[in-house]
Amino acid sequence: MNPIRINTTITLLLLSAATMAGSIVVQPGGQIKSIRQAIAIALPGDTIIVKPGIYREGNIIVDKTLVLLGESKPEIDGEYKTEVFTVAARHVTIAGFKIVNSGTSSMKDLAGIGALQADFLTIRKNEFINTFFGVHLSNSGFSVIEDNVFQAAVRNEYETGNGIHLWQCSQAIIRKNTIRGHRDGIYFEFVTQSVIEGNLSEHNLRYGLHFMFSHDDEYHNNIFRENGAGVAVMYTRNVKMTYNVFEKNWGNSVYGLLLKDISDSQVLNNRFIQNTIAIYMEGTSRTEFTGNLFSENGWAIKLQASCDANTFTGNNFKRNTFDFATNGTLVLNTINRNYWDKYQGYDLNRDGIGDVPHRPVNMYTMIVERIPTAVLLWRSFLVYLLDRAEKVFPAVTPENLKDDYPSMKPYDLNTTT
Amino acid sequence: MVRIVKYVFYDILRTRFIMLYTLFLLLCTVAMFQLDTDTGKVILSLMNIVLMVVPLVSIVFSTIHFYNSYEFIELMLSQPVNRRVIFLSEYFAVAISLCFAFTAGVGLPMVLYGADASGFTLLYSGIMLTLVFVSLAFLSSVLTRDKAKAIGVALLFWFYFSLIYDGLLMWIIYTFMDYPLEKATLALISLNPVDLARILMLLQLDISALMGYTGAFYKEFFGSSRGLIFSSVVLALWITLPVWGATRIFSRKDL
Repeated sequence: MNPIRINTTITLLLLSAATMAGSIVVQPGGQIKSIRQAIAIALPGDTIIVKPGIYREGNIIVDKTLVLLGESKPEIDGEYKTEVFTVAARHVTIAGFKIVNSGTSSMKDLAGIGALQADFLTIRKNEFINTFFGVHLSNSGFSVIEDNVFQAAVRNEYETGNGIHLWQCSQAIIRKNTIRGHRDGIYFEFVTQSVIEGNLSEHNLRYGLHFMFSHDDEYHNNIFRENGAGVAVMYTRNVKMTYNVFEKNWGNSVYGLLLKDISDSQVLNNRFIQNTIAIYMEGTSRTEFTGNLFSENGWAIKLQASCDANTFTGNNFKRNTFDFATNGTLVLNTINRNYWDKYQGYDLNRDGIGDVPHRPVNMYTMIVERIPTAVLLWRSFLVYLLDRAEKVFPAVTPENLKDDYPSMKPYDLNTTT
Repeated sequence: MVRIVKYVFYDILRTRFIMLYTLFLLLCTVAMFQLDTDTGKVILSLMNIVLMVVPLVSIVFSTIHFYNSYEFIELMLSQPVNRRVIFLSEYFAVAISLCFAFTAGVGLPMVLYGADASGFTLLYSGIMLTLVFVSLAFLSSVLTRDKAKAIGVALLFWFYFSLIYDGLLMWIIYTFMDYPLEKATLALISLNPVDLARILMLLQLDISALMGYTGAFYKEFFGSSRGLIFSSVVLALWITLPVWGATRIFSRKDL
């Protein structure tokens, strides 16, 4: 049988399934008053339409293949006691609800929508207000989480869970969600081959995005802003990070992007603006950094000596307090053809590439690294003189850490799509 | 008093130095805005002028001016005018003309090319530094009768606040790095007007790096408007105290 015919057959089968499936209407004053009741009488493949109203039903367990549709955002209240929806079936869709006040617990991960072994789960256009965890998926593949809003309003990290929490999942798509005020905006642990795109994660108490042991993932076009500790990507290989914005992540040990034990990954065309530390790298290998913009950060890149074989090419460094910091003298990374606004060399043959190498590590960075208080003397005349002396005779800064072909002009970077 | 200020003001205008100073600042600022399109970087370059050149010009010009108008002062003293009034008139005339020169030279192009909050902070700290160093110049002028010596003292003031003090501060930070130094360094910085002005600028230009500092005390200080209020108050003290001391010395001095 040729592929087209197979496709047609499948489509026909699906169509017939759709026409066969019934729909059940839940309404506060109607025949069926509760979602639980509707689920109990529904057949797999049915659609449950929930009319506007407030539903207080405790924990709603979805154990059949169903489509749950909310009409004008019916409010499902967990009354701070239980998980609101628990999905335990494949091919479930939950869309158009306002899910509020899930229970909190330090033993169980109670969520707005929790799912265990529920492949092909779709969660779309819901609002999660004051849920402990927003969406909590474990052991599920092929889920789609799209156009949702998560808003938690607690002050302490231990009082809230993560906005979108995925554990041991694969092929998930997380798209266009807005997450505020949770512990971690998006949390991935053992999640593979998934895509995170177009999300806004801001004002979360810990990380905007937290990645652990999650290989072969991609995230792009996301905005991570003013999160407690920025974004962390750890113990992972083959991650692709493109066109993201990391903005205003301020504070001590707060990073725009924290990379720890990462290998074979790509950081391309991102914008890092006004972070205390834009990128902090530890144990990172064979990772490519190209076409990124680093602007007005405290430190653009902090590279620990445990990193090797990384390449930094074609990035723009503008108005950062310090461009580069490192803690060792051995250099195992390639830094070439970047634009540094602090470069003071010349270009005699006018090929757009500076004729003398640029050393991005500032001598005063090394001092501030040892004595943080010394940052108060930054930009004083004395520091300027010290820096000048160091540039002529490098004594403290690693001599081989240099850009041999610094660009004279900033690159016209395409960091927005 | 206003009349004396007016006379001194005409006298200052006649020397043309203020014109040249205004022109120099104007040229520098315009040139920087022409060379670089990034306003933030221009502010950064201008900051070096504000922290180095403005104090130097203010203190040297004021000292020289004071000695050049010594005869005028003596003439005025022979009239039934209060000594304090004469002295303060001199001070205000010099301070106002230098502030005016600075505002015109740096402020005008900034308004024309467009400036943000950091630009206004720069203007503000420039004016404050001018006032502080004019005060210090008047103090050094009344300390001695010898013009060369007074200029020497004035230059020493400038050198001390621009370079030596930071060296000492760095040495202190280095020596006591194992101790919590937050409040101590802040107190030490308020003993130097140039450092205070620099911190005001850092709050605008390098806030991301400053927020990385461990101490909660600093975070609170830098994160709110407290930093601005604190440094403004201390700078005001730096303006008034030397003038007050100088006035006292002048009104008792045997001329």
